[in-house]
Amino acid sequence: MREHTTSTPSLATQVVLLAAIILFCLFPFYWMVLTSLKTQIVALQTPPAWIFDVTFSNYYEVLFENAVARSLVNSLVVAVSTTFLAILLGTPAAYALARFEFRGKRELWFWFITNRMVSPIVLALPFFLIVRSFDMLDTHIVLILIYLTFNLPIVIWICTDQFRSIPREIDEAAILEGASQWRIFFSLCLPLAAPGIAVSAIFSFIFSWNELMYALVLTRNVAKTAPAVAVSFMEGYSLPYGKIMATSTLIVVPVIIFALIASKQLVRGLTMGAVK
Amino acid sequence: MPGAAREVRISMLQKTQDLERPVPKESMNAGTVPRGTFLGFLSPAVVTLAAIGIAPLAFAIWTSMRDYNLTRLQRTPFVGLENYATVLTDSVFWDAMGRTFTLLIIALPVQIAAGLGIALILHRPGLTFLKTIARLSLVIPMATTYAVVGLLGQIMFNLKYGVVNQLLGFIGITPVNWIGDPTNAFAAIVFWDVWQWTPFCALVFLAGLTTVPGEIEEAARLETKSWWTVLRYVQLPFLVPGLTAVLILRTADTLKQFDMVFTMTRGGPGSSTELISLLIQRIGFRAFDQGLASAQAMILLVITIVLSRLYIHFFYREV
Repeated sequence: MREHTTSTPSLATQVVLLAAIILFCLFPFYWMVLTSLKTQIVALQTPPAWIFDVTFSNYYEVLFENAVARSLVNSLVVAVSTTFLAILLGTPAAYALARFEFRGKRELWFWFITNRMVSPIVLALPFFLIVRSFDMLDTHIVLILIYLTFNLPIVIWICTDQFRSIPREIDEAAILEGASQWRIFFSLCLPLAAPGIAVSAIFSFIFSWNELMYALVLTRNVAKTAPAVAVSFMEGYSLPYGKIMATSTLIVVPVIIFALIASKQLVRGLTMGAVK
Repeated sequence: MPGAAREVRISMLQKTQDLERPVPKESMNAGTVPRGTFLGFLSPAVVTLAAIGIAPLAFAIWTSMRDYNLTRLQRTPFVGLENYATVLTDSVFWDAMGRTFTLLIIALPVQIAAGLGIALILHRPGLTFLKTIARLSLVIPMATTYAVVGLLGQIMFNLKYGVVNQLLGFIGITPVNWIGDPTNAFAAIVFWDVWQWTPFCALVFLAGLTTVPGEIEEAARLETKSWWTVLRYVQLPFLVPGLTAVLILRTADTLKQFDMVFTMTRGGPGSSTELISLLIQRIGFRAFDQGLASAQAMILLVITIVLSRLYIHFFYREV
């Protein structure tokens, strides 16, 4: 065993610091769940109550009386469809970027990166006007398509890395056997790239599920997603704290589960592969 | 026509680029594919992304040169570059830009310093169970829906009912009006930005620290007992790629920042928390002036592209 005498903080200090980190990260989440279990009267106590009679009525009300249940379904439909499309269109492109040399590759790559940088408001303005003129505001398909602007780059990014990690010899051997590029892609490389595809699918899903601005601008009622509905609770005269936090909890819990599943690859996904 | 002629000899076409960047030898064979196959792989994604990501921009340029107000769409006269002239001389626009960079300049150093501290603690051996819990906890802020962070901000920082003022009361601080006061509201935004993205920095740096070869770190620790020396001379070089990524992505994300601030303060009070994306949203969808908003968006786009070009030129790892 190595000794860290002066250079390492004592065990007690470390425990305190770690506890502080955990508390800092988890407290807002804890407070969200706690508030979601309060009646409006308890929620408006000063000072805030930490111990009280728990009620699940907020969950019941938002799910069955407000539009939250439907908005969760909308979020799910949109996130799953856009993720599926992003994988369908993105994986062949990623394969091409990983395997073929071609002119303009550098520019193409820069373009994909730039998509990650551009503020969504830049696209939201013209998209709103175009969609309105086609009378397609408040439809799922519009959100599904515009979410591809951030999902396609992320899928292409992660999967290019993944395809590149598959030894080229496998492809070359298959070419000698007479297999076509498509055959190699579908039967050989796609199955081997499954982990990268899964990770990029999880990221696509999380980003789409969490998105607010496009949903706010492009939907009204029918296709309204859960974050947009949660925000609309803030518009009333008195804020229904319990309901807002119940809706928030319903939105956040699935994402957190997904993020924890992908936690090992989280850094890779969020930095678009710039850091391993 | 012989079959070979229809093949794209990509390595030949690349002559001009070869001067700057030699094509790796191993890719020579697999790099030569029939053009049809090659386009088949690449074009679905490229065409889709062009249709939804570039075509609308052309329309935005068209809008930006008109007096285009959602309340009077019968008449949208061409005004040339007038909207651009208005934006470039408009202090409201540049104030919002200034606030956006102020947020970045205050929050980013905190996130980097705290993130590095957390990463160094987690990197040390021992206390495995507690450290695993801590690492998983770090995932929670990053995964939390940005809009929900804003809602939580409103509720936890509320003057009367907020838990933050209650906690501050325990150490003798009188209740602070967070959301209602311009300076405090900005501080609240900085706080939540730090809460959400310090874990990101921590995990990026932790990933960097694990790339330091074990023997080198061991040897360095035998030489010196100062953690600073080890960090500065042994670990720092391995942290540079992560640091670069953090710089680029935090800059981009701050320019994009909308959801959290919109749900927490709507840019207020006054315009004290109106970041650039919120300003453009307000002009376009609450003041209905799509022409002016489009001009603002185009200028933001140019600034973003220039910044990312610069960043990529100096730092980024290439394909």
